[in-house]
Amino acid sequence: MENYDIVIIGGGPAGLAAAVSARENGISRIVILERDKELGGILNQCIHNGFGLHTFKEELTGPEYAGRFIDQVKTLGIEYRLNTMVMEISHEKVVTAMNREDGLFKIQAEAVILAMGCRERPRGALNIPGYRPAGIFSAGTAQRLVNMEGYLPGREVVILGSGDIGLIMARRMTLEGAKVKVVAELMPYSGGLKRNIVQCLDDYGIPLKLSHTVVDIKGKERLEGVTLAEVDGRGKPIPGTEEFYSCDTLLLSVGLIPENELSSGMGVELNPVTSGPRVNESLETNLEGVFACGNVLHVHDLVDFVSEEAKAAGKNAADYVQESGTGGRDSVIRITTGEGVRYTVPETVCAACMDDRLTVRFRVADVYKNCYVSVYFDKDRMIHRKKAVAAPGEMEEIVLTKEQLLKYPGLETIHVKIEEA
Amino acid sequence: MEEKNLICINCPLGCMLTVKMEKDRILGVSGNTCKRGEAYAQKELTNPTRIVTSTVKVSGGRDRMVSVKTKSDIPKGKVLECVRALKGIAAKAPVHIGDVIVCDVAGTGVEIVATRDVEVL
Amino acid sequence: MSDYDVVIIGGGVSGCAAARELSRYKVKVCVLEKEEDVCCGTSKANSGIVHAGYDAAEGSLKAEMNLRGNELMDSLAKDLDIPFTRNGSLVICLSRDDMPKLKELYERGVANGVKGLKILNREEVLKKEPNISEDVYAALYAPTGGIICPFELNIALAENASANGVEFHFCTEVTDIKKQEKGYEVVTSQGVYSAKYVVNAAGVYADRFHNMVSEKKIHITPRRGEYCLLDQCAGAHVRSTIFALPGKFGKGILVAPTAHGNLLLGPTAIDIQDKEGTNTTREGLDQVLGKAGLNVKNIPVRQVITSFAGLRAHEDKGEFIIEELADAPGFIDCAGIESPGLTSCPAVGERIAGILREQMGLCEKEDFVSTRKGILKPATLSWEERAALIRENPAYGNIICRCEMISEGEILDAIRRPLGARSLDGVKRRTRAGMGRCQAGFCSPRTMEILAREWKTDVREVTKSGGNSCLAVGINKDAF
Repeated sequence: MENYDIVIIGGGPAGLAAAVSARENGISRIVILERDKELGGILNQCIHNGFGLHTFKEELTGPEYAGRFIDQVKTLGIEYRLNTMVMEISHEKVVTAMNREDGLFKIQAEAVILAMGCRERPRGALNIPGYRPAGIFSAGTAQRLVNMEGYLPGREVVILGSGDIGLIMARRMTLEGAKVKVVAELMPYSGGLKRNIVQCLDDYGIPLKLSHTVVDIKGKERLEGVTLAEVDGRGKPIPGTEEFYSCDTLLLSVGLIPENELSSGMGVELNPVTSGPRVNESLETNLEGVFACGNVLHVHDLVDFVSEEAKAAGKNAADYVQESGTGGRDSVIRITTGEGVRYTVPETVCAACMDDRLTVRFRVADVYKNCYVSVYFDKDRMIHRKKAVAAPGEMEEIVLTKEQLLKYPGLETIHVKIEEA
Repeated sequence: MEEKNLICINCPLGCMLTVKMEKDRILGVSGNTCKRGEAYAQKELTNPTRIVTSTVKVSGGRDRMVSVKTKSDIPKGKVLECVRALKGIAAKAPVHIGDVIVCDVAGTGVEIVATRDVEVL
Repeated sequence: MSDYDVVIIGGGVSGCAAARELSRYKVKVCVLEKEEDVCCGTSKANSGIVHAGYDAAEGSLKAEMNLRGNELMDSLAKDLDIPFTRNGSLVICLSRDDMPKLKELYERGVANGVKGLKILNREEVLKKEPNISEDVYAALYAPTGGIICPFELNIALAENASANGVEFHFCTEVTDIKKQEKGYEVVTSQGVYSAKYVVNAAGVYADRFHNMVSEKKIHITPRRGEYCLLDQCAGAHVRSTIFALPGKFGKGILVAPTAHGNLLLGPTAIDIQDKEGTNTTREGLDQVLGKAGLNVKNIPVRQVITSFAGLRAHEDKGEFIIEELADAPGFIDCAGIESPGLTSCPAVGERIAGILREQMGLCEKEDFVSTRKGILKPATLSWEERAALIRENPAYGNIICRCEMISEGEILDAIRRPLGARSLDGVKRRTRAGMGRCQAGFCSPRTMEILAREWKTDVREVTKSGGNSCLAVGINKDAF
């Protein structure tokens, strides 16, 4: 069996940044296992621009952004294996993987970084009634067909879900010659970034129907049309509001699910809200030496933050390997969520173990206007930050400093909540 | 004087801008977090532009397609013309990030450049 | 015009079982199927249950076929190399008042010859199945109940029939049947077939063909059943097949593990007119999700990965019709095959072959091969065996479907074998690629590419399920 200090599962943006960071922090024996034929992950099919403003201070396309990290991985001589599927990771960190050339092989890892990303929610998860013809694609599948392979999945398109991939695909399909008739969103607000609504829908006159869903799918072989209806406050279709749209394609952008089958298989504990691992300030899971970052941990909107998170995971994994173990985790502070906050990553923090600054990311549960993001250390309100708008589609963050925490010996709970003005 | 509301698309923050205008003259911009918001509002209301990303075919490459973009932003009104101009264009492998695929797209004077590498098959 | 001794209309599980049984004999047989593959109608969308046999009335053909089919299933599954599990079934009785109905079911089962039936009390039920509703009063336990994958059964029967000389003609829709002096002329979308004998195994369309040749009309109603399929992580929620006590809603909504470890909820029972009406409905899905919870608690309904609907071929008299027509000699009906049709298929095939053997005086072949080798499933191998397999054929080292972990090797096998897959659904039914939690989002572009390569066609010609079900309709910018 082979041995590596750090095995990174997934060569997308998270895996790449984690690898670079681990190497820069002194680890030589690193291997990235990637199931696709190239590094870069989903960024390779995200050919639109808007990546990297935070990380590189310039606006890049997905492949260019990935390219920057791939260059670093290659320059640093970090090992990677392509077309390689990880089949299983044992509790003892033995990674079983396979590919055409090496066949089936096992690696004993000192530390594992989980960076498998996420997958799209399928139609079935929504229980949309109707027929099951060809022409219903998740937005990401369509994105791959169009951007990587040059095939048009359809000519007249309805999009369900206003997640970013759905919005981006509305523009992509338009610019490749298809007619996008409407984007329907179940919620009363969009799940995507505002800029994408402007430059992907408004620019092309594509209507966005909020509080609408697909209630019927017509077509026995190829899709012939869908019926949209308005929904009430509980998401139930309102009778009488049905409207038929003829189309040959329905794209679904209805949510992303962290891909944690390997994680649960090895005994990593998941948070039911994020569907990602529960982690501490080091992005370490309940299993010592197993770290998680990127969309496998929680779904991000911005790759820049994935890179930032992965960089931290890479460094922490390197520290773990070099200090042989995390150890000494007494006085763990729990981060709890209150009104309006769905989850936080991380969920616990140990002041002694953290870096000087710790970014805690979270999502709000609803759209809030002129609200405050408040953070309580036990009973004391420490942060009270005004937000003009907070929406579930855009990830929020607060920063905790070591200095702050050390001033509060015996602190048990950090409570994050939204307070209305 | 009239007020126009815009969402800044420069970065993912998506600031809500309020622009005070008199005829075609911009009197003031508020709601922006950074300077680029002001510049965006100026441009969006006088001469809106966009970066266009698309794909072109590759011959002899490991991939069928290569992703491309306009090297700089082009007038918004030229976007469709720009992608139409890419119909039938084929790059020859190898292609590298930054390679010029089209010199002057749709009379904008802007280059179309590759945004990824495609190796020879 | 092509001449056959026997033309079988329909490549569902009944038609293919009949074809396989007939392939034991020296006789020229073909199957005409309007779709591009076998297992495209009723056979592809059902509960996948091998029923014990207590439902059908004593002395009915349904009861006889059910019992015989159940009995034959072990050896058939072994011969055809398909998984079959006798996981047992429970009919749940929620109140003491309903006990007479449960006892009636027990007695009918005993009269039908079902072995091992037992009425369990509340404690025994909960011990066996901890997730049964707390309200359970008692249950009828049938150890001979089982689960099987209907696709694999149907496809395996067809492959074995094909290997033994039966010809299959796909995309061949029968439009007319004309009685001749001797035999029949079967007119299809692909030309005319002449047949000495016709077997009408056309599922929901069997009445149409029956009525073309007979004055004694039958009428089949498509009875729609909607289902929800849950992720494999929910597959162990129950081990047995959990039935509701038959009541005013018919057999009710069952909760069952599938042969591949998913959890299945359904079906509803709605009579409709459209023989292609396999759409799900809001009401139907709500009913499935609502009613499933009556007998089984804490069903993780958030784990639904897909829903679908199938049509049962319900004849007005509610009985199987497997016989030569009195006023149409040589025309054999295999009609009204609703539940327990899947269970019964080995017996139905045997019965049809029996009728024809007698009529035609058929002799057995010396070279009939009763076994068929299924698609090699690397997941069933040890790591060592799997490593060896990849060394021998690297395609097994390339995973195409990440959810079900299906390799390129399995997909190539599915395409290259006799009656091989031509569409995404064909690959899916044979290998499970695309049947997992992401519902083909990840693997469909990859599988499309493999199909195009193997069938030497353009990706734009690859379909989901034949006909006009293409997936890529053009290339970028072709409309400009």
